[in-house]
Amino acid sequence: MCRVVDVRQAVLAENDTLAAALRASLAARGTVLVNLLSSPGSGKTALLERLLRRCGEQGVKVAALTADLATENDARRLARSGAPVRQVLTGGLCHLECAQLRTHLDGWLPDGTEVLFVENVGNLVCPAAYDLGESLRVALMSVTEGEDKPLKYPAAFGLAHLVVLTKTDLLTAAGFDAAAFERHVAAVNPGVEIVRTSARDGEGVDALAARVAAVCRGAAPHRPVLASRHLAEFGHGHGGEAHADGGRAQADDGGAHEHDGGAQRHRGDAPRHDGLPQDSGPLGPRRAEPAEAR
Amino acid sequence: MHELSIATALVERVQEVARRHGDAPVRTVRIRVGELAGVVPDALRFSFGLARAGTAADAALLLVEEVPARARCEPCGTAFAVGTPPFLWCPGCDTPASGVVSGRELEITAVELDEGAL
Repeated sequence: MCRVVDVRQAVLAENDTLAAALRASLAARGTVLVNLLSSPGSGKTALLERLLRRCGEQGVKVAALTADLATENDARRLARSGAPVRQVLTGGLCHLECAQLRTHLDGWLPDGTEVLFVENVGNLVCPAAYDLGESLRVALMSVTEGEDKPLKYPAAFGLAHLVVLTKTDLLTAAGFDAAAFERHVAAVNPGVEIVRTSARDGEGVDALAARVAAVCRGAAPHRPVLASRHLAEFGHGHGGEAHADGGRAQADDGGAHEHDGGAQRHRGDAPRHDGLPQDSGPLGPRRAEPAEAR
Repeated sequence: MHELSIATALVERVQEVARRHGDAPVRTVRIRVGELAGVVPDALRFSFGLARAGTAADAALLLVEEVPARARCEPCGTAFAVGTPPFLWCPGCDTPASGVVSGRELEITAVELDEGAL
């Protein structure tokens, strides 16, 4: 006999639950986690090294965890800032998951750390799907990567609380069309702020430090449209589909519902960013240009 | 290519369901994958074939329902297809969408167990 168990659970519910717990435990010890996502070679490490140094000068206690498939080169570079740094080697895995992150934080994260920067594996696809317990998710790209990158990687840019453009000292040489880039960011993430930075000449480092400091003080980050789910998405019924197979449809009271509730609470970022200002900003793409924006 | 990680998580969830029902073999796993979930259904099917080996879902069929991405505009009360890549502005009033109605799903909807095999 075939029994159909109605589940309705997020596949990544376990990661989401761990991330929510980590966010809460970090908050209890006064730490804000900042998740940095970008392609390899976008300049995350160079910018983070300057940012760690700047935060240190401002008296903010920072630490950094950097993830790579191999080598400890990034940790050595970041450690020059004087901040506590830990290298995570993913052994080939293309992204960080919350369970993996937690094992590296346990017993290492120094007491009193106000900001923990997590430099994710250089990759704009997979890391976007994993909540690491961050309060601020930053998507970065450099001026040499092409203005349309936000459209090619909509999850990475669409779910970011802040977008950072790096290597602006090369902007002219690279022929980077900043206006097109801003339209493309606005297409996938209306209202998100873009901070222009250069690790070489220091542009935007103070601005970035200020955005992080604001979140530490409790300011609500930008709320991405992509993370704001409408309630109509939940409670979608599938019973008819199950009955059609001639099996007996049954809600899985043995636990699926409690997981279901948990999954819904943690799926997407909407609940923890409720009530945040929705700043549409002046950079919105004009409807006359959708072909270009798309 | 994080589909293998996702398939592993999927098989773990399915095994939990099977365990609660007397370790019945799993006949079918039904999931919904949104257009904006960042998951390639073909890659997920392939990965599922690897991840299910040696589990209660060893012979299970994975049925993927692909969900188009739609967003909602509160001011004009409409929902619209956002397309790929997503364009999250209302085509009617040129304001940012209020939220995504569908398209980010990555969820298990049902697990069919073969209880006769017990």
